[in-house]
Amino acid sequence: MRDVTKAYHTAAGDFYALKGINLTASRGELLGVIGKSGAGKTTLVNMITGVDRLTGGEVRVGGVSVHDLDENSLALWRGRNLGVIYQSFQLMPNLTLLDNVLLPMDFCGLYRGRASIERAYALLESVGLGEHVNKLPAAISGGQQQRVAIARALANDPPVLVADEPTGRLDSLTAEMIFSIFEELVRQGKTIVMVTHDRALAKRMSRVVELTDGQITGEWNRETA
Amino acid sequence: MSWFHTRSTENMDEIERRDDDALIALSQVVKRFKNAAGEYTVLKGIDLTIREREFVSIVGRSGSGKSTLLNMITGIDHPTSGMVRVDGAYLHQMDEGAMAVWRGKHMGIVFQFFQLLPMLTLLENVMLPMDFCDMYAPEEREKRALELLKMVDLQGLEHKYPPAVSGGQQQSAAVARALANDPPILIADEPTGNLDSRTAERVLEIFEEQVAAGKTVLMVTHDDGLARRAARKLVISDGEIIGSENGSRGKLHAAEAGRAA
Repeated sequence: MRDVTKAYHTAAGDFYALKGINLTASRGELLGVIGKSGAGKTTLVNMITGVDRLTGGEVRVGGVSVHDLDENSLALWRGRNLGVIYQSFQLMPNLTLLDNVLLPMDFCGLYRGRASIERAYALLESVGLGEHVNKLPAAISGGQQQRVAIARALANDPPVLVADEPTGRLDSLTAEMIFSIFEELVRQGKTIVMVTHDRALAKRMSRVVELTDGQITGEWNRETA
Repeated sequence: MSWFHTRSTENMDEIERRDDDALIALSQVVKRFKNAAGEYTVLKGIDLTIREREFVSIVGRSGSGKSTLLNMITGIDHPTSGMVRVDGAYLHQMDEGAMAVWRGKHMGIVFQFFQLLPMLTLLENVMLPMDFCDMYAPEEREKRALELLKMVDLQGLEHKYPPAVSGGQQQSAAVARALANDPPILIADEPTGNLDSRTAERVLEIFEEQVAAGKTVLMVTHDDGLARRAARKLVISDGEIIGSENGSRGKLHAAEAGRAA
């Protein structure tokens, strides 16, 4: 991210949620973003995923300038290159776990037919939900729903995962389980950007930046901590 | 008139007959969960009827069984014993595939945390149920989704993604999605639990508009003020319905009213 700004127009004038962010994440890194509520963390995630448009600056992911893409190319690029995980899971309520994981594959066309179904089974198996594939999201626990969301995020085997407070609604034991899945994914070569306000988890990341009022106000490397 | 039946003195046939005109009828619904600590009864024989065009709220504390009760009515979970009939269908006699399609056409469900697909625009989210259930001609779906989004005051935001709009706007979009297949029943599980009071008010208004338009709305909440806006408020505690109140002018029946009859 280079000089990224994001302004919202309000009745009281323009409000800058991000005030010139410069940030890089290397391949295979688990980068944490911490900060108080309202610091701009979610806006920062939205700039990386391109679900909201920036006001100034540039965001490049894997060599692609995200905000130079038109909406259709952006949607396809995002589906293939980014997996996104949210605090409240955001699974499609009337679809089974299996169908939820199949959705991104159906949209992007990278895996089709039998291959996509086998892949969805394997992903759900890998997050420990192999026995529940035909259940609906509301019939399983929050921690299990988040594991489905991770499986869904991995559906198209994207190189980058972005997680916005993925453990925010989970008890500490379940949060630990989710975080250990992230650690394993990083070992496998994925790059993960994770927003959190859990400082204990942040300490276990390779690098952490702190966001305050739309600016980066601190940075720690695990090696130097 | 009592809405509750005495489980010991009435048999299933009588309940069936009496509830013939009910849109939603539950009879003797029991749900037990097993865990390492043993067996736990979450619903202890629920009898409930809801008629067409009713706006019913269910209040109860966390752990009272209200979400489990909703899961029985939506068919998301199965009762251990008892009968659930919704719009003429015996829900738990259907297989999962048939139930999914049936549910998609007969019920719209709204959740506390919206559960919109983050990587699809609001418009695409609202079109999804029509695509899945193959409702409406493909060329009509976008037009219908645009109309629904307009109805919930989201005109101009159709092409935004859920994470880029407010929580209230996400919930309005979730209501529009729930209405996509024009289901007769709208079910909402803590729909305002994550919204500020002004936004919550708007969501309630939309429900009232839907009831006026002929829908049946069933809403679970722990906000007693909002619950009173419904035509009938049910109180659930410890797996049992312990009270019923008609509208804001009604009076809470004695806890044992139904059982004492």
